[in-house]
Amino acid sequence: MMRFMLLFSRQGKLRLQKWYTATAERDKKKMVRDLMQIVLARKPKMCSFLEWRDLKIVYKRYASLYFCCAVEEQDNELITLEVIHRFVELLDKYFGSVCELDIIFNFEKAYFILDEFLMGGEIQDTSKKSVLKAIEQSDLLQEEDESPRSVLEEMGLA
Amino acid sequence: PLLRELIRTIRTARTQAEEREMIQKECAAIRSSFREEDNTYRCRNVAKLLYMHMLGYPAHFGQLECLKLIASQKFTDKRIGYLGAMLLLDERQDVHLLMTNCIKNDLNHSTQYVQGLALCTLGCMGSSEMCRDLAGEVEKLLKTSNSYLRKKAALCAVHVIRKVPELMEMFLPATKNLLSEKNHGVLHTSVVLLTEMCERSPDMLSHFRKLVPQLVRILKNLIMSGYSPEHDVSGISDPFLQVRILRLLRILGRSDDDSSEAMNDILAQVATNTETSKNVGNAILYETVLTIMDIKSESGLRVLAINILGRFLLNNDKNIRYVALTSLLKTVQTDHNAVQRHRSTIVDCLKDLDVSIKRRAMELSFALVNGNNIRGMMKELLYFLDSCDPEFKADCASGVFLAFTLKTIWLCPLCHFSFLQAGSYVRDDSVPNLIQLITNSVEMHAYTVQRLYKALLDDISQQPLVQVASWCIGEYGDLLVSGQCEEEEPIQVTEDEVLDVLEGLLVSNLSTPVTRGYSLTAIMKLSTRFSSVNRIKKVVSIYGSSIDVELQQRAVERIMKISLIDVALPLPGGPAPAPAPSVPTSQPTFLLDGISSQPLFNDIAAAGENLFDSLCLLSFLFQVNGANIFEWFILFYSTGIPPMTAYNKNGLKIDFTFERANPNPNIAVITIHASNSTEADMTDFVFQAAVPKTFQLQLLSPSSNVVPALNQGTVTQVIRVLNPQKQQLRMRVKLTYTHKGSAFQDLSEVNNFPPQSWQ
Repeated sequence: MMRFMLLFSRQGKLRLQKWYTATAERDKKKMVRDLMQIVLARKPKMCSFLEWRDLKIVYKRYASLYFCCAVEEQDNELITLEVIHRFVELLDKYFGSVCELDIIFNFEKAYFILDEFLMGGEIQDTSKKSVLKAIEQSDLLQEEDESPRSVLEEMGLA
Repeated sequence: PLLRELIRTIRTARTQAEEREMIQKECAAIRSSFREEDNTYRCRNVAKLLYMHMLGYPAHFGQLECLKLIASQKFTDKRIGYLGAMLLLDERQDVHLLMTNCIKNDLNHSTQYVQGLALCTLGCMGSSEMCRDLAGEVEKLLKTSNSYLRKKAALCAVHVIRKVPELMEMFLPATKNLLSEKNHGVLHTSVVLLTEMCERSPDMLSHFRKLVPQLVRILKNLIMSGYSPEHDVSGISDPFLQVRILRLLRILGRSDDDSSEAMNDILAQVATNTETSKNVGNAILYETVLTIMDIKSESGLRVLAINILGRFLLNNDKNIRYVALTSLLKTVQTDHNAVQRHRSTIVDCLKDLDVSIKRRAMELSFALVNGNNIRGMMKELLYFLDSCDPEFKADCASGVFLAFTLKTIWLCPLCHFSFLQAGSYVRDDSVPNLIQLITNSVEMHAYTVQRLYKALLDDISQQPLVQVASWCIGEYGDLLVSGQCEEEEPIQVTEDEVLDVLEGLLVSNLSTPVTRGYSLTAIMKLSTRFSSVNRIKKVVSIYGSSIDVELQQRAVERIMKISLIDVALPLPGGPAPAPAPSVPTSQPTFLLDGISSQPLFNDIAAAGENLFDSLCLLSFLFQVNGANIFEWFILFYSTGIPPMTAYNKNGLKIDFTFERANPNPNIAVITIHASNSTEADMTDFVFQAAVPKTFQLQLLSPSSNVVPALNQGTVTQVIRVLNPQKQQLRMRVKLTYTHKGSAFQDLSEVNNFPPQSWQ
């Protein structure tokens, strides 16, 4: 299973963190700091995998964002790269040519998409269409919640 | 302000201090809004809090608010509430339990997206208590016909099982017909659920073996089916599902001949037909290779798998090269010959730019060194040692020593001296390693001592070189002065000249205390080989009253010990040592005083999972305790029978080391060393062995039946094998143990005994 996923910028700013095992806040912060340092120090020619503690780290850079996953010994690193890529494709389809700013300003949506794609560190659905449809329907539900006067905007969630 | 406005504002902060100020101000506002129990703004405020939490600021005061949002009727509230719960709540704090009731209600909600939120939260962060309370609800949803919910329930069940393994049984009925689903989401998550259950329980594993034909069919359909846009990735149909099925097949086929046979064809098909131009195809091939290597596949299939790895090594994509090297490292013991065929490609990877690839190529190269390829390999490894980064040098030098020690007794004079000249890079354990190697290479003693003596005449600054040279001269000084070297022109040197050189080391500023210890020991040893005993006695008595306490101790020890050295020192498992002369308690204890050697070896073996660590520890002991340990060590290891790995699976590794039992040369004494690299202890560990009829076997008691996790210790056990007909030694071993609550059993053949152990 995937133990956690981190998204961070080249400047070391965390944009998303999803943990699939119970970890103390203090430990999370330390692990994030450690890993960011290690990954940001990697040169472009190096491979996307590294060993860290008892886990395998799979990371890939998309424009200004690093997508970094920790998987277990028996997990397949090459398919993990595809999992990362699928997540990026989902974000891209949803936001329309996604960029880092989209994820900064709509972080909760990024989480919603991730939570529709992965659960407990495993893939829920291998169909892009299916995942995006669920998000779309959920967004509609949110809108239906609201009264005609755009409270959605009021909440800053539109 | 709105969430996005807040984000924008915070981003304008130019300093950390400015940001902190903004955050504090906003937090204060949010806190008072929470206090006012304002429903309208709660959702927005929690969202803001989550943003600030991501920046690293404390947000625990929002925990209860998340719970209120979850309890709200509005979907918007629930969405943010559950997200907040997942980010802010911690199973260590009891407050998280307040979620349980809400989740229970939402699992039964009329809207599937609300049910989805609840399943997701439970499946990502549900604590054991929550899982116990809600497992029944999850089990119900696992049986629903709604595929959106069914797939989520399956993964939620996986999480429940991980947290509370005892609950696994209750999900068994619901797994019926899971694989008959057409929906890929349900299929994928079902395969994950089945995998989890099979990994945890041998009973479940036997139960689900009957699914192999169905899994094979599903996989076949994926490969043969036409283009399916919904699941297509670069021309391959649902690679994620393919990989998971391959992994489940691996678990089902392991240790089971019938299942392995049933999947043979499909594995060959996937291995040959998968498109390799993109990463996604290679990901499937990789998983296929892992499966082939782990199940009971026929040899043709195994060779196919290794060849795939060989092709991976030539791939432009460094990620592919990396996984190839990693996989080859795992399989080099069992499929040694097949991996040997790719040796030149592996050696080429030593020149790769990527550090991880270089390191793996280096480790794999060590594993591939044998008597036939040693010349070529050594050239490559020496070149690598010469030009590699400092971080590699120590490991490379040590690794090459180890490879030579364990694999071959052939000594290449040139390379070792150049190692020693690598000077500061050489690890402390290289000296004992090289000494061991020299000891084993009996035919080279005269040549070695001559070369080393000449090296000392040139330069006495490189401590490792000086230490090995001193040791050699102490051991083989008689060969040196009698000019017995055949490989080159023997030098003319007298006993006095040799003693001059050794004494010179004692007084030189360049010599470290350890080096002085070596040279003093060498001088003392020569007392039994040279005739100039008086001179030696004089040197020793000088140092007997030396200010250097360590030297003093060694001098005294040595004088008292000299008489014992000629007596056969006991080997582990052998008779107790002769009693040492009484030594005042202020002296360091002789290693062999009153303690049988076996416990010591256990301690040494326990210090590290392999011979290499043992050598490190011994060299450390040497520096503290004196020359006598060295003698013992060399005698112990100089039976010349290399150790071997007899079993290595699922984190359990069993190494065999050998001695000859004096006085009966027909008895091989084998010590097994079991170590465990997984994160949980292996308890109730029982090792059993059987040998063919012409042999007789005696198994003594094991040191323990718990193999501690993470290689923190080993279980050792002695086997005595009587082999009067000197037949080739073969053994069948049966291992049973309990691991993470499940019972494991494995039968294995051990056929790779080194010839010296039975000849």
